[in-house]
Amino acid sequence: MAKNETGIYLNHYATVVGPLEKKSHLEKLELCMDDYYFGEKSFEQAEIKMQKTALDQLLAKAELKSEDLSLLISGDLSDQIGVSSIAAVASQIPFLGVYNACATFVESLILACMYLKNHSKNKVICMTSSHNLHAEKQFRFPIEYGAPKKKTSTFTTTGAVATLISKEKSRFKLGNYTIGKAIDMGLNDTSNMGAIMAPAAAQTIYRHLQDNKMSPKDYDIILTGDLGEVGSKLLKEYFKTTYQIDLKNHVDAGSDIYLEKDKEKVLSGGSGPSALPIYLFHKVLKNKKNKKILLVATGSLHNPLFVNQKQTIPAIAHAIELEVIS
Amino acid sequence: MNKEQYQKLVKKYEPQENKIKNVFLAFISGGCLGLSCQILATFFQNVLGMSTETSYSFVCIILIFLASLFTALGFFDDLVSKYRAGLIIPTTGFAHSMSSSALDYRKDGMITGLGSNIFKLAGSVLLYGIISAFLFGYLGVIFYG
Repeated sequence: MAKNETGIYLNHYATVVGPLEKKSHLEKLELCMDDYYFGEKSFEQAEIKMQKTALDQLLAKAELKSEDLSLLISGDLSDQIGVSSIAAVASQIPFLGVYNACATFVESLILACMYLKNHSKNKVICMTSSHNLHAEKQFRFPIEYGAPKKKTSTFTTTGAVATLISKEKSRFKLGNYTIGKAIDMGLNDTSNMGAIMAPAAAQTIYRHLQDNKMSPKDYDIILTGDLGEVGSKLLKEYFKTTYQIDLKNHVDAGSDIYLEKDKEKVLSGGSGPSALPIYLFHKVLKNKKNKKILLVATGSLHNPLFVNQKQTIPAIAHAIELEVIS
Repeated sequence: MNKEQYQKLVKKYEPQENKIKNVFLAFISGGCLGLSCQILATFFQNVLGMSTETSYSFVCIILIFLASLFTALGFFDDLVSKYRAGLIIPTTGFAHSMSSSALDYRKDGMITGLGSNIFKLAGSVLLYGIISAFLFGYLGVIFYG
């Protein structure tokens, strides 16, 4: 746990979302892609362009130039975070590449808070992205291969998110955070990531509540990233059996992004590092009732090579508070 | 909660596949595919006067061509995930796995991409197919001369 009393704020955000996310439960979207290519020749190039577009949009909104920024923290799902690294070249902002799978976004927010504590006049950008077909090729089967999928599997969301973090006052205040521990519950089913991540989420939420002497009721919403429907049920059950607490105000971003009619395609729900932030900015924050939010980004730290070598999959979850100041 | 307890819990919450429906769909689709191929082969034999063996080869080539074409046109993967074994077990499944890999890796270069990845999924079928053909060939010679 770390107290974050000095006041660090999320000043601006910019998002780019994919074609399926365009027609979903998300509201007031800014930039949408009409297809997965986004005017580029490959899906990998498309994801790089998504990050660059999100960053340009953010700088335009904040009326800043890249020279005004002192740090860019970004990560994605590609091998050696290639997308973020290539996208970082264009902006020429000092760059830290991070990887915690789908927990990358909250990881970058936490790092930004740590950095700003000692560099209070600076401005930091936290950015992440995921692209459904790029991830599909990387972690699963070739895109056009019709491998039958289990009902527990999730669907990588397509989106890029850039946020500006600084000590300048604004509507969204970042609060205390808890850095998760990597845990392994002995599972290695790559088509059931929700089950792998649920205990990590439960342990981080519990530690966060204990350390800050809070109860789930103190939050209007406890938002996890991409547990999916199966993982959400497991999280509630795990919480109840292990800590005897009922998690009533838990919402999972991945389970709720997509429309009912896309259920056959997305199965257990959306996943990927962009699932949590796009749902936060285009759904949770659009509802004025949500004032105090606990963001819990969950990541399955899965590596196809180790899975083939029968190694079980570790998971992680990081938590950070977000308060809407009216 | 320890690992064993949690793994039990995961099993409990795993949604069950409708196996009967899957088997039925595979049976019907695979059967229809087989039937239409037989009709085509009989047509080749009776109308075009091909030998049985040549007609089967032609049917096989047509199946491979259509599966690859439909994969490239982008709708064969939906059919495969719906009808499963009905389309995976016939030679269409093999063609589908190769053409989908080819489509994906073409952008990574002709040698480093397409060449080294085209058998990504089909490689095991080829390797173990050839090994078993070799073994069964020997067994055939030993027992039947």
